[in-house]
Amino acid sequence: MTQAYDVLIVGAGVIGCTVARELSRYRLSICVAEKGPDICMETSNRNSAVLHAGFNNRPGSLMAKFCAEGNRTFDQVAAELDIPFKRTGKLVVGFTPEDMEALRGLKEQGEKNGIEGLEIVGRDFIDRKAPLIKGNFAMWSPTTAILSPFQFTYGMAENAAENGVQFFCGSEVTGIFLEPDGIYTVVTKSGTFRSRWIINCAGLGSDVISSMLGIHDYTLYPCRGEYYILDKKLKEMLPLPAYPVPNYRTGGLGIHLTPTLDGNIMVGPSTEYIDERGDYSTTRRILDLLIEDGSRIFPYLKQEYFIRSFAGIRPKLSPRGVGGYHDFVIERRDDTAPRAVNLVGIESPGLTSAVPIAHEVIRLIKEAEDLEENPGFNPIRRRFPSFRDKSPEEQARLIRENPDYGEIICRCETITRAEVLQAIRGPLGARTVTGVKYRCRAMMGRCQGGYCQTRITELLMQEKGIRPEDLIYERQGSYIFTGEVRKK
Amino acid sequence: MKTIHKQVIIIGGGPGGLAAAAELKKSGIDGILILEREHWLGGILRQCIHDGFGLTRFGETLSGPEYAQRFIDQAEALGIEAATDTTVISLSQDRIVTAVSKNGLVRYQADAVILTMGCRERTRGALSIPGERPSGVFTAGVAQAYMNLKNKMIGRRAVILGSGDIGMIMARRLTLEGAKVEAVFEIQPYASGLPRNIEQCLNDYGIPLYLSHTVTRIKGAGRLEAVEVSRVDEHLKPIPGTEQEYPCDTLILSVGLIPENELSLMAGVQLDPRTKGAVVDEFYQTTVPGIFAAGNVLHVHDLVDFVSLEAERLAKSVAAFLTDGLPAAGIQVETGGLIGYTVPQKITGKQDAVLFFRPRKPMRDCYVEIRQDETCLLRKKYPRLLPAQMETISLPAGKLISDSHIKVVTSLE
Repeated sequence: MTQAYDVLIVGAGVIGCTVARELSRYRLSICVAEKGPDICMETSNRNSAVLHAGFNNRPGSLMAKFCAEGNRTFDQVAAELDIPFKRTGKLVVGFTPEDMEALRGLKEQGEKNGIEGLEIVGRDFIDRKAPLIKGNFAMWSPTTAILSPFQFTYGMAENAAENGVQFFCGSEVTGIFLEPDGIYTVVTKSGTFRSRWIINCAGLGSDVISSMLGIHDYTLYPCRGEYYILDKKLKEMLPLPAYPVPNYRTGGLGIHLTPTLDGNIMVGPSTEYIDERGDYSTTRRILDLLIEDGSRIFPYLKQEYFIRSFAGIRPKLSPRGVGGYHDFVIERRDDTAPRAVNLVGIESPGLTSAVPIAHEVIRLIKEAEDLEENPGFNPIRRRFPSFRDKSPEEQARLIRENPDYGEIICRCETITRAEVLQAIRGPLGARTVTGVKYRCRAMMGRCQGGYCQTRITELLMQEKGIRPEDLIYERQGSYIFTGEVRKK
Repeated sequence: MKTIHKQVIIIGGGPGGLAAAAELKKSGIDGILILEREHWLGGILRQCIHDGFGLTRFGETLSGPEYAQRFIDQAEALGIEAATDTTVISLSQDRIVTAVSKNGLVRYQADAVILTMGCRERTRGALSIPGERPSGVFTAGVAQAYMNLKNKMIGRRAVILGSGDIGMIMARRLTLEGAKVEAVFEIQPYASGLPRNIEQCLNDYGIPLYLSHTVTRIKGAGRLEAVEVSRVDEHLKPIPGTEQEYPCDTLILSVGLIPENELSLMAGVQLDPRTKGAVVDEFYQTTVPGIFAAGNVLHVHDLVDFVSLEAERLAKSVAAFLTDGLPAAGIQVETGGLIGYTVPQKITGKQDAVLFFRPRKPMRDCYVEIRQDETCLLRKKYPRLLPAQMETISLPAGKLISDSHIKVVTSLE
């Protein structure tokens, strides 16, 4: 009989990784079962990358409470885990008297949620903050920030791993059975695990996992959002996120523009309920709509600036036709599933709320049993030094200390061999091409890997001992090579 | 940090950079340094293992590596210094070049800088082809690098989007290695690559070329499973109802090349929105004094021979710049009608000039005129003009009637 874990977390998105990290503060044996070939592959890596203030959610809801708290406490988390973020503030812009009415309501709602500094501002204020954004007036939210959702999730996961959490990728859960001895047997595609506790952080699959736990009350309605990513050439033009007045009926916040920390601009997301939950397709109709809608706020969206489009999927509990936001479900249901915490429908603002959500999970566990502090817990994680962020003197020093810093692999983003190797060799290192990309930004630039992809695939195969036919791009089955051209 | 002085820094050791270096050395210029980011000199030619290079420059047909080797051998024989595995990370207006390699970070001050960085490929993202994001979608150059440099087979059943030369060459290459190439689709009503490649790479292998068609959707959750292709109207918009699905595991994109001018922009060099390369005068000098550009970084060429020839002409003017200085070029060259662009974009008018241009669409029996002050200075007949082919028109200095701008236009007759 295999040794049982104290806690098995299903899903290595931002919620699963944050729960893992926060739980590693206690003396517990913890593992994370992730169905994908890498961590952070679904909703956590496909979103607007915004740390929300918390004015969009209904007062009294978990969403409102956790979002506001997640925003307030983020500085400390970011400092501990070296997560890049920037409090740019955000403008929700309006044009009509109805918009003004809506913004006043939004401000009032935000104030009920305890959000500080919200202001209705005029055109002169917009001109000072972001003169190229359209709008006759706006609501200003000073605490909104932009962040790297990848670094957030990787930071949590790496720190969790550092503190003893084990991660198992390629481990889709296919069955959960409560044994007579009170231990769960969790059957996955990579093997069987045993655990005293189950934490369902399965995001888009959380209703399925919930059913496996015997809780059949939930159905998720996948709601897709498509985005464009624009070239860094526009970097100076959009210093902060600009949103339209939200129409909650749709189930999203409206098509907005967000600068990324690296200087790209994201346009999106659309709000479209879909039938198949794994369908990350972009569509002509929606991509055109993004440009049409986005241009109302920021009329500089030309095809020559497009570098990529992508889609993310919201795991919504509110069905098509209802729209809006159902509150987060975070519950223990001891009658059907003792020692399980069930998290369902963690959609926006889930990223911002991740740490408070993890604390809620811990509170629910502590209701059932005492947790003993882990005296060896180390809260600190550092990112590998990034060459391009350094001064020439520091760059010279980095190369002296590690000559791999002197080889630029990705020319668009100035990512060196040292950083690519770290993405592969580091804690929870990448085994896929996009795993390298999200960890170190190589291939994210305007040439989209035209120069560096051949080098990165070669390094991955060398470092991990992967045969050419077995190397994958991103998802299962996404092989890149069918073999060799000629036998040597 | 120490700064090293060089008379000339050449950024990029491909065909342009190598030809410029040799010609400069022959003109008596010393202190030349080529900075090349790859491990070998030769640039993209290294992966172009097909033949057809060198007919114009050498009067014989060579493979890409053979063509490059001639220039590499010449540079070596002339004792030209080249630093490989060295990437330039910044270039300033006053010609300070910062380069990194495993040996460290080095700063150079150059009297003249020659930009020969070449170009990059347009991607799926730039076209914004909708659909899923499977593996198996490659730009033609990446596919070529995998097959010819890394010995990796990239698929078994391919569709090619875009009739660019590299795409057609990869259609043949994939066929020769046992893959099935279903078809080449081109959104324009004419091919964007050279007629000889349509003949030798497609027709000889029975690969169909469909004009006025484009890929409108990409399918496959893991690896590419199929592409949806649609016919397009005269505005290049897909026509609903014409969708057809082609099962395939590989999509090769050959949809255009973009001069790689990130460093040029850092130095404040003005770019021409039509060529996406620098605005230059007849000496190939950019708008920043002492910074020159030639080859695909200046405008995308059809044949490498013309890259070498252009770089050799550039080298002569750089030599003149370093010895006697160059006169200012005050006459703007504008374009009209169906002329897509010209290089150079300005001339002195003090010497005979050769203007390179491409038409916007294929034309037969047409005239190209150079006009100044409403007067036609000269007129040349072209039996056939193709966007795939770079053309020239010569303007003797004596023909100019004033110092005002000139205009290159087409007229069908």
